Amino acid sequence: MAAKKPKLAVWKFASCDGCQLSLLDCEDELLAVAGAVEIANFPEASRAIIKGPYDVSLVEGSVTTPHDAERIHKVRRASKFLISIGACATAGGIQALRNFSDVNEFVSIVYASPQYISTLKQSTPISEHVFVDFELRGCPIDKGQLLEVINALLNERKPNIPTHSLCLDCKRQGLPCVMVSQGTPCLGPITQAGCGVLCPAFDRGCYGCFGPMESPNGKALIEKWQEMGADDAEVLRSLRTFNACANAFEKESRKYE
Amino acid sequence: MNKNGKTKKARNIKVDYLARVEGEGALHVKIKADDLLDVKLKIFEPPRFFEAFLRGRKYTEAPDITARICGICPIAYMLGASHAMEDICGVKVTGQLRELRRLIYCGEWIESHVLHIYMLHAPDFLGYEDAIRMAKDFPEAVENALRLKKIGNQIMTVLGGREIHPINMKIGGFYRVPTKKELAVLVDELKWGLETAIATVKLVSTFDFPDFEQDYEFVALKHPNEYAIAEGNLISNKGFNVPISQYDDYLIEEHVEHSTALHTHIQGRDGCFLGPMARYAHNFKQLTPTAKQLAKEAGLGKVCKNPFKSIIVRAVETVYAFEEALRIVQNYEQPDKPAIEIEPKAGTGYGATEAPRGICYHRYTIDDEGIIQDAKIVSPTAVNQKTIENDLMSFIPARLDLPDEKLQWQCEQAIRNYDPCISCSTHFLKLTVDRQ
Repeated sequence: MAAKKPKLAVWKFASCDGCQLSLLDCEDELLAVAGAVEIANFPEASRAIIKGPYDVSLVEGSVTTPHDAERIHKVRRASKFLISIGACATAGGIQALRNFSDVNEFVSIVYASPQYISTLKQSTPISEHVFVDFELRGCPIDKGQLLEVINALLNERKPNIPTHSLCLDCKRQGLPCVMVSQGTPCLGPITQAGCGVLCPAFDRGCYGCFGPMESPNGKALIEKWQEMGADDAEVLRSLRTFNACANAFEKESRKYE
Repeated sequence: MNKNGKTKKARNIKVDYLARVEGEGALHVKIKADDLLDVKLKIFEPPRFFEAFLRGRKYTEAPDITARICGICPIAYMLGASHAMEDICGVKVTGQLRELRRLIYCGEWIESHVLHIYMLHAPDFLGYEDAIRMAKDFPEAVENALRLKKIGNQIMTVLGGREIHPINMKIGGFYRVPTKKELAVLVDELKWGLETAIATVKLVSTFDFPDFEQDYEFVALKHPNEYAIAEGNLISNKGFNVPISQYDDYLIEEHVEHSTALHTHIQGRDGCFLGPMARYAHNFKQLTPTAKQLAKEAGLGKVCKNPFKSIIVRAVETVYAFEEALRIVQNYEQPDKPAIEIEPKAGTGYGATEAPRGICYHRYTIDDEGIIQDAKIVSPTAVNQKTIENDLMSFIPARLDLPDEKLQWQCEQAIRNYDPCISCSTHFLKLTVDRQ
């Protein structure tokens, strides 16, 4: 007798859809995943919606509207495990740049009739609203890491997702350091690994897609950047992108406002 | 409520969350007796205010930041932003660097078109809720689709570092260009992909299509020497052919209450139609002989006015994208420098490219330090909203006898004709049919 397959749900909040697309981009593994779990709620891929509760919920996007701030609680109540995926869900995403400004001004820049727009002053990660069982970083997430998390949950073990710096993986791959060899500012020393060391492999500095590593020394890194000629405005911009409101990046960036 | 007897029932069909589209939207259809009162395509995707927070950022940041508008078509944003900045700074990217940009765009067309053809749209024609359920009866088709899509993503990865939000694109070109050997690995898969894409045109042309043609205003990019992907004039079949710097004079945005995505109409006229059918209508002659022949065999004229047949046009364009990709890879010579060096200067510039679902327009103003003062970005789905609503207004009346569930599914299919990408357009779908 076949055991009942666990139910997987995918939920979207404010986002670009890229992280949930990562699941459809697992071309070699998609049919195997669909064989191991019941895809019960994944509107981007299917019009069939199977009622909860769900064993695993993948949540993409940040909370930016009063409606979404309520909806996330419904998702939590319907989910055994809730995994937030991507920089929007784990740190508020690029849209969290509003958190440093006046959102009403933002609305009036983009929309002719601001009264039609319902939005919150801040873009916040899922964990600020509900308990999150695991956060998967990245802008976008790495599909290998996504498969690892799903696999771990199916096998009742802890996901093997390292929290050390990108810098460490870069050294392991034997790449020449872009800061040392080219004088290119790089966020690799304070950014969590996981992307597969893409930027330095393409001759550019890391721009922090995966957010801060477990114990970042932002001060030391930025001092190095300043020695290389970076001014405060450049430092501020570099720390404030897709993970601008991730704790360590935000704290460091405040010094350069 | 019954009003004029039991047969004249009020109907209110609501699709609260439209599936197999990218992003969040809904459809609300109001029917009273035998009259269709109103159709509203509601986009409730939360606004993210890109145009606001781009102000004060450096011009070099625009490609990476605007990529995050859409995970499905990041190249459209990265390249549109790059072209606009290059326009301001008086730089033109040519030769092999331009060819590499076209190659990565072919990758995006392949990945996005195949996703839509097989995984989002074909299930409607074959009566499945999704591609995974379809895979039980059509395992080979779905496996081929996944492999095709993967080839598109491989192009993105080889050139861009990763398929979603590539890291290797910049103003002036790339951070690092591939060696001949690095690109050559794509050849065998591209050849298999071309054959399978040809079979795809033949497969989708056997589907049943509703008899539904409309007199559309097709707007696309037109280039003198090639099937336009990333550059060209703005052209319409209703009488304009202008440089993209005049986009704002012809395509007018308006903010309507039921959508967080701004609507667009043509100055003095109605909505317009962007995307594969518009490109095909204007640029048919510039397709390759194979693509033209396949289109003919599939029963498409030089202009296709049935939006349900957009799936065939998308398949024809996929064939074209494979042929282009092969051509570029086979003729590739590694350029000396990965990018042209650029110095900022104050001014306003324009960029428009053909995203898989239609023109994606960018306009920026920067100061002499390269700091962005103003940004305007228009996604193709936002522009198509009005045309989608118009289609439904024409499509539904002849189908009022259908039960709600069936009508709802057909309306969804009519919306998916446009491969709407709602995440991008907000600045999209849920369906409600309201029978009164």
